[in-house]
Amino acid sequence: MTFDMSQFLATFYEESFEGLDIMETELLALDVGEADLETINTIFRAAHSIKGGSGTFGLNDVANFTHVMETLLDEMRDGKREVTQNAVNILLESVDVLREMLSTLQAEESLDNDRIATVKKKLDDLLAGTSSEGAPVVEETAVSEVSEPVTEAATSAAGWTIYFKPHEDMLQTGNDPVRMFRELAALGELNSVVDSSHLPEFLLMEPENSCFEWTLTLKGDIKKSDIEEVFEWVEDGCDLTITPTTNDNTNENDELDVELLETTFEMLAPQGEKLVARFYEELFKRYPEVKSLFENTTPEKQQTKLLAALELVVSNLRKQDVLVRTLTEMGKRHKNYGVQVEQYEAVSSTLLDVMQELAGEAWTDKVASTWKAALELVSNTMITGQQAAPANEVESSVVPEQSSTPPVSTASPEKASAKKTPVKRKATAEASSIRVSIDKVDELINMVGELVITQSMLSQLGEEENFGENQIEKLKSGLMQLERNTREMQENVMRIRMLPISFVFQRFPRLVHDLSGKLDKKIELILSGESTELDKTVMEKIGDPLVHLIRNSLDHGIETPDVRVAAGKPETGEIHLNAYHEGGNIVIEITDDGAGLNLEKILSKAKASGLVGDNDKLADEDIADLIFQPGFSTADVVSDVSGRGVGMDVVRRNIRALGGTVDVKTTTGKGSVFTIRLPLTLAILDGQSVVVGDEVYIVPLVAIIESVQVDTSLVNGITGQAEVYRLRDEYIPIVKLHDIFNIKPLHDDMEEGLLVVVEAEGKKVALLVDDLLGQQQVVIKSLETNFKSVEGISGATILGDGTVALILDVTGLISISKKNASSIKKLTAAA
Amino acid sequence: MALTEQNVPVGDNNSQMDQSIVGAELDENTQQFLTFILAGEEYGVDILRVQEIKGWDAVTQVPNTPEYVRGVINLRGTIVPIIDLRIRFSMEQLEYGPTTVVIVLKVISGDDNSRIMGIVVDGVSDVYNVKNEEINAAPDFGDGVDSSFVKGLATVDEKMVIILDIDHMLNSNELASVSKAVDDEE
Repeated sequence: MTFDMSQFLATFYEESFEGLDIMETELLALDVGEADLETINTIFRAAHSIKGGSGTFGLNDVANFTHVMETLLDEMRDGKREVTQNAVNILLESVDVLREMLSTLQAEESLDNDRIATVKKKLDDLLAGTSSEGAPVVEETAVSEVSEPVTEAATSAAGWTIYFKPHEDMLQTGNDPVRMFRELAALGELNSVVDSSHLPEFLLMEPENSCFEWTLTLKGDIKKSDIEEVFEWVEDGCDLTITPTTNDNTNENDELDVELLETTFEMLAPQGEKLVARFYEELFKRYPEVKSLFENTTPEKQQTKLLAALELVVSNLRKQDVLVRTLTEMGKRHKNYGVQVEQYEAVSSTLLDVMQELAGEAWTDKVASTWKAALELVSNTMITGQQAAPANEVESSVVPEQSSTPPVSTASPEKASAKKTPVKRKATAEASSIRVSIDKVDELINMVGELVITQSMLSQLGEEENFGENQIEKLKSGLMQLERNTREMQENVMRIRMLPISFVFQRFPRLVHDLSGKLDKKIELILSGESTELDKTVMEKIGDPLVHLIRNSLDHGIETPDVRVAAGKPETGEIHLNAYHEGGNIVIEITDDGAGLNLEKILSKAKASGLVGDNDKLADEDIADLIFQPGFSTADVVSDVSGRGVGMDVVRRNIRALGGTVDVKTTTGKGSVFTIRLPLTLAILDGQSVVVGDEVYIVPLVAIIESVQVDTSLVNGITGQAEVYRLRDEYIPIVKLHDIFNIKPLHDDMEEGLLVVVEAEGKKVALLVDDLLGQQQVVIKSLETNFKSVEGISGATILGDGTVALILDVTGLISISKKNASSIKKLTAAA
Repeated sequence: MALTEQNVPVGDNNSQMDQSIVGAELDENTQQFLTFILAGEEYGVDILRVQEIKGWDAVTQVPNTPEYVRGVINLRGTIVPIIDLRIRFSMEQLEYGPTTVVIVLKVISGDDNSRIMGIVVDGVSDVYNVKNEEINAAPDFGDGVDSSFVKGLATVDEKMVIILDIDHMLNSNELASVSKAVDDEE
C-alpha cells in the first residue's frame, strides 16, 4: 500500500471509540440467557468494523484481539453459544482492553502486552470451552483461526493447508480466485484440489456466481500473514481457513476409506444412543480407573456429547483440516480434564468392540481395520492437541510421539515474554472534534444564504442616490432582517456544539453494573431524556460530578437487598437519571429510592465540627445542604464506605464553575433527589442589564423571577441592619448591590430603586438596583483569563458600545449576603 | 500602536535620547528596556513584554478588588485588568491627563500561564539598551520600602532607572491568578 493512510487514522480512532461505546452499551443491555439477536448483531457489527479498520491500518494486535471477540459474538449470534453472565463480563473486559489498546496506539506508545494476553486468554478459554458445555462446534471457520498462534512470526516448515470457499457473490466484487492462486503459487509450491460438488445444473447456473471450493496445500517456509495478505480483500467474502499442514495426519487420512466409514456410521446412527450407552458401560467395566474423569458430568450428558463428537468426526471426514483442528482442540481440553495418553487407546478399543457388537454381520474385517485406523488417527490427533496445550495444573505426563502440528495455544512465546511496559498517558494536545449531523450543517448553509441576500439588499440601498423617507423605511426593515438572520445563525452555530446528553449517560450503565456487583446490591438504572442536548464543553465537564453523584447514590443511597426487604421495599433499588430542558437551563436529576440522608447525623456532625452553631435551628433542606460544605466528611456521616477522594463540595464547586447549581432533596427512608441545573452553553447568556451607580451589570435572565418597585412599607429591618422585603407573604432578604460592590448609588432613597428578585439553589434574594435597562444576549468572557475570579461576579461581557459589563453571579451574591447576615448575627449575639 | 524594537515611543521626557542606542546591535548580554515615569522616577520594564501602549480610557470597575485595580477594559475582545502603579506603590494619586498612558504587558505566572495586564503610568519615557553587568542589585532599603518588585538598578546617562520585576509585581497578593475567591466563600 503506497498511499498515506495516516490521514484516516484519526477518523478510525474516533469511530472505533464510538464503536466501543456502542458495544459496551449493548453488552449491558443484553439479557443473559435469552439474548436479543438484534443486540448481538449490533455488538458484532461494531466489533467487526473495528477489526476491519485495524486490519487496514496494520494494527494487527487490535485486529487479532477483536477477531477473537468477533468469533465469540458470531457464535452467540448463530445461537451456538449461550449468552452467559461470564461471557458478557469477559466481553466487557475485552472492550476495556481494546479501548486501552487503541488509546495507547493513538498516543504511539507500547502496548501492555501482559494485560492483553490475560484477557485474550480468557476469551480463548471461553471459546475453547464450547463443546464441553453443549453441542460441539460444527465446522466453524472462525473458531479455527482463533486458536491459531496470532503472531506473524508463526511459520510452518511443512507448509499450509488452505480451505477456501468464496461466497456466491465474491466474483461480483471483482476478486478473482485465479489471481489469488497465482500469488499463492509465487509463495511456494501450490497444489489445489477443487470441490465442484456444489456446481448447479448447467441450466440453473449463474455464470457470475462462484460455486467452487478449494483445498489448497502450500509447501514451504511461509509466513501465515503472507497467505492472509493474499486473501485480505476477500476476507469477508469467503470462508477461509488456514492451517499448518500436518504431514502424517493428512497422508494417513488420505488413505482412509472415507466412504466405508460413512456408510458404517450411517448404519449405526439409528442405534447411536444405544451405542454410546453400551460404550460407557463397557469402558467402565474394563477400565474402572477412568471413571473418575467423568465425575463432573452425568452419564446422559456425556453420552450425548460423545455421540455428537462421533457425528462430528464422521461428517468432517472429508474436511481434514477442520477435523484435525477440532480434534486438536478436543485433545487440549481433555488434558485439562486429566486424560492420560494411554486412555485413548482404551477408548478406541472399547468403542470398536461395542460397534462390532451392534453392527453384527456388517462388521467385516475391512470395516474393522478402517475404523481402527480412523480411531487411531483421531486419538493421535487429540494427543497432539494435548501436548500442544499449555501446561497447567495437570501434570504433563504425556510423552510426545508425533508433533508435526505446531503448538496451537494462546499466547505466543514472544508475547508472553514481552516486557511489561507501563501504559503512560502522554498529554498529547490532540485537536478534539465533534461530529455534526448533516441537517445542522445544511441549515447553517441556508442561513448564510439568507444573510448574503440581506447584505446585498443593504448595500444596494446604500448606493441609492436619493435617500428619502422611503429608503429609511427600507433600511429599517433590512436591518431587522439582518438582526433576525444573525440571531438565527448564532443559534444554529451554537446548536452545532450541542450534543445529546446520552454521550454522558451511556457510561453509567456500566458503572452501575460494575459497582452494584462490587457492593452486592441489586440496582436498576433507569435513563430518560437522553436526547436532551447540551453544549459539548459543559458535557465534558459534567461527567465527573455526575459519576460522583451516581456512585454516592449507589454507595450510600441504595441499601443492601436484605435491608430493603426489611424496610418493605422491593429488593432491587432504582436509580433514575433524568435530563430535561427548563427555561434556558438543562436540568439533570438523579433520583434514588434508597434510605435518604440521615439528617440528624449530619446535623450533629456539623455541630461537632463547628459548621453550625450549637443552638442554630436549621430547616431540613439546610441540613441536607450541609453535605456540600467543604471539609464535611460524607464518609462518616452516611456510610463507612469511602475513599473517593472527592467530596460533595468538589461536586458543587465544579458545577458552579460551569455556572450551574446543585441541590438535594431527601426524604428519610424514601430516597434522595439531586438536582443539577446547568446553563445550556458556556458561551452565550440571556441577560438583563441593570444599572447600579455608574456601572452596568448583567443579571442572568434565568435567575430572575420578577422585578418590583420598592414599596418602603414592605421593607422590614432586622436588628436595624439586614432588611427583608415582604412579597406576597414571603420574606425575601434584600441585597443592596451598591453596598456589596461599594459604589455610590444613583438614588439614596430606596424607593426610587428597583428590586430584582432572583433565585439560585432554591434560595431567593432581592437585588436592589437603580434602574433596569434592556434584555440582551451577551457573549461571556472570562475574567480569569487575565485577572482572577471575583466574588459575586461570574464573568464579563462587552456591550454594544465596546465597554465592559460584569455579569453577576447570583449564587455568589446569595452567599455574600448570607455571610453579611451571619456577621450581623454574631455582632448582635456578642452585644 | 504596537511597539516593536525599532519603534521609538513618543514620550514627554525623551529629550536626552541617544539615537545610537535605538536599533543598535544587541548581543546576549544586552537587554532593552522601555522606561516610564512615575512621580518623577524612571522605571524600566523588559521591552519584549510590552504588548502595546495606549491612552487612558474609561474602565469598568470591578467590585471588591484592591484600590490599585482600576478596573477592566475591552482590548479587542479580551478583558484586561488595569493596575494603577501610583496607587500600587502608595504614591500620591494624580488626575489622569492627556499624557497618562496605559502600558499593556504580558505577565508570566508561575505555571507558564501568560496573562495580559495594563499598568497606568504618568508617561512613557524612553527605550534603553542596558548590559546585564550594568544592572546592580537593589540595595536593602530597610523596612519602610518594599523593594521586592525591584529587579535592579541601572544607570543610564547618569540617571538611575529602576528595573521592575513585573512577573513578581503583577502576580503577588491580590493579583495572584489562583482563583481563591470561590473556595473561600463557602
